[in-house]
Amino acid sequence: MDVKEIIKPENLVYTKTKNMTDNPLSYCPGCGHGTAHRLTMEVVEEMGITEDTIGVAPVGCSVLAYDFMNIDMTQAAHGRAPAVATGIKRVWPEKFVFTYQGDGDLAAIGGNETLHACNRGENIVIIFVNNGIYGMTGGQMAPTTLDGMRTSTSPYGRDFATMGHPLKMTELIAQLPGTHFVTRQAVHTPAAVRKAKKAIRKAFEVQKEKKGMAFVEIVSNCNSGWKMTPVDANNWMVENMFPYFPLGDIKVDGNLVK
Amino acid sequence: MAEIKLMKGNEAIAEAAILAGCDAYFGYPITPQSEVIEYLMMERPEERTGMVVLQAESEIAAINMVYGAAGAGKRTMTSSSSPGISLKQEGISYIAGAELPAVIVNVVRGGPGLGTIQPSQADYFQSTKGGGHGDYRLLVLAPASVQEMADFVADAFDLAFKYRNPVMILSDGVIGQMMEKVTMPEQRPRWTDEEIKQQFDSWGTLGKPADRERNIITSLELDPYRQEEHNHKLQAKYRLMEENEVRYETINCDDAEYIFVAYGSSARIAQKAMEQARAKGIKAGLFRLITLFPFPKKQISELADRVKGFLAVELSAGQMIEDVKLAVNGKCKAEHYGRFGGVIHSPEEILDALEQKIIGG
Repeated sequence: MDVKEIIKPENLVYTKTKNMTDNPLSYCPGCGHGTAHRLTMEVVEEMGITEDTIGVAPVGCSVLAYDFMNIDMTQAAHGRAPAVATGIKRVWPEKFVFTYQGDGDLAAIGGNETLHACNRGENIVIIFVNNGIYGMTGGQMAPTTLDGMRTSTSPYGRDFATMGHPLKMTELIAQLPGTHFVTRQAVHTPAAVRKAKKAIRKAFEVQKEKKGMAFVEIVSNCNSGWKMTPVDANNWMVENMFPYFPLGDIKVDGNLVK
Repeated sequence: MAEIKLMKGNEAIAEAAILAGCDAYFGYPITPQSEVIEYLMMERPEERTGMVVLQAESEIAAINMVYGAAGAGKRTMTSSSSPGISLKQEGISYIAGAELPAVIVNVVRGGPGLGTIQPSQADYFQSTKGGGHGDYRLLVLAPASVQEMADFVADAFDLAFKYRNPVMILSDGVIGQMMEKVTMPEQRPRWTDEEIKQQFDSWGTLGKPADRERNIITSLELDPYRQEEHNHKLQAKYRLMEENEVRYETINCDDAEYIFVAYGSSARIAQKAMEQARAKGIKAGLFRLITLFPFPKKQISELADRVKGFLAVELSAGQMIEDVKLAVNGKCKAEHYGRFGGVIHSPEEILDALEQKIIGG
C-alpha cells in the first residue's frame, strides 16, 4: 500500500480529534500532558458537546492549553481556575465547564479555591495533572513532591521536618460531600491511557447528569524536572509516585471506595 | 412616578444591580460594605430576574469568578472594601489585561493594613493608577450620594461593555452606610442568551461552534513585541476614555477665586465649606469629580488660568492632590487638606485650611 492508499478515509484506523489544534505541543518529549490533553478533547468530541464546552487553563506548564485545545477557553490566574470555572458555570449552567490544572496550581496556591469549589459541589470537571514538581518555572518543589525528592528548591531532598508532607489533595477533597466522582489515573501505558479516558468520560457524564464535582487526578511524569530520560521517569513514577499516590477510583457515585 | 425610597448607599447599589440587568454578583463580606451581599441574598434576585448571587470563599475567589463570568459575556459585578480590594488587585489586573467588562465596587475604609472600618478616601491611588501589576487603568466613578450609588451601576455596566474594561465605583464608608432618599431606575431586562451570542460571540467563551475560531480569554502574550502592541492598544483605549468620558460637576465656579476640588463624601462636606466661605464674602466654588479616571485635567487647567488657588479636599494624606497639581501645573496655588485614618473633616476645618493654606498662605 502506498501513502495515497493508506490515507484514504476507509483505511484510517485512527485520526486526531478535531478538538486538538495543529499547533505543535510545547511540552517536553516524554511528558504526559499531551496525552491528557488529547483524552480530554476526545471525550468532549465523542460526547458531542464541543460547542457547549468551555475550558479553563491554569498557570504552569499547561498555561498554553488553549493553544492546543480547539475549544473556547479562559486562562486563569495561578490557582484560581476552580473559581473562574465556578463563575462561568454559574452563569451558563447548561454548558460543560472544566479546569485543567497542575499540582502547584491546584494543591498549593489554589488550595482554597479547589477545596471550596469541591465543597460547594460545583457541577464542573477538574483534571488535575500531578507530576510532583513545578515544571514550567524550572523544577522547584511542589506540594506533591515526594519525601527526599530533590528539586531546585529542595536540593538536598524534601525534608518532612521543614518542608512538610506531600499533599494528597485528591483524597482530601474526596471527603467532601460536594464531590461525586473522584479518581486517580495515569497515562504512562496504553492500558492506563484507556482507563484514564474512561475516567474522564465518566467525569463529564457526571457533569451532564448535574451530580456535582467530578475530579480526575492524573499522576504523570516530568522527565525534564526530574532530570531523567522519559523511560526512566516513567519507571521512577511507577516505583515511587504510585505507592504514595495509588491509582484507582477513590469515590464513585458519591460514595468513598472502601 | 417612580417611588421614593429611604435606603443605605450599599443597599441602593445592590438593588440597582438587580435593576441594571446584572447577571451575576460574586462577593465576600467585609465592613463597611456587607449590606451589598446581604441585601442581594435577602432579595432573591434569582427569582426576580434570574441573577446569580454567590458568596465566595474569599475576595480573591470572588474576583476570579467575575473574570470567568465576564469572559463568558455576562454582566458581572463584585464589591468589597479596601483590604478586600487589595486582595482583588491581581484579578482586576487580569480582567484589564484580558479586556473584560466588569463592575467593581469599593466602599473605602481607612488603612493601611487592616486599618479601621471608618470611612476613608485613601484608595485613590490604587483605583486611578492601576492598583495591580502592569500598565492599566480602571474607569472610576465616584458617587457622592445614595442616589448616585443607584444611578452609577447601570452607567458602570454600559461603560464596562463600551470599552471592555473594568469599571470601579469608588465609594466610601460614609456614602455606603448613610441613608438618603433615592429613586430607583426602571428594571432593565437581562440579556437573553441570543442577545449575548449576537453581541459577544466574536470574543466571549460561549462555546465554539464549528464555523468559527475558538475564543480565548487570556492576558498572556509571551512575545514581548506583541505584548507591547497589546499594551499600546490598551493605552489607546484609555486615551479614548480621557477624550470621551470625563464627568464632573461645578458649583459656583463661574465667579470663583478659590476652588475646592473633591469627590464622594468629601465633596458633600466641601460644599458646606464653600457655602460658609461665601457667607464670609470669600468667592469660593466647588469642582466635584465624578470620574476620577479619566481625570478632568483640561477643565482644571482652564480654571487655573483665572482662579487664585485650589484646595484639594480628600479623606487621605494627599493623593488626588497630585493629579490636581499636574493639571494646575504651577499656574496658581494648589494644596491638599484632609483628615484620614477614618477621621472625617468638618466644613469648618476645610474653610480654615482654605484661609490658611491658600488665601493667607
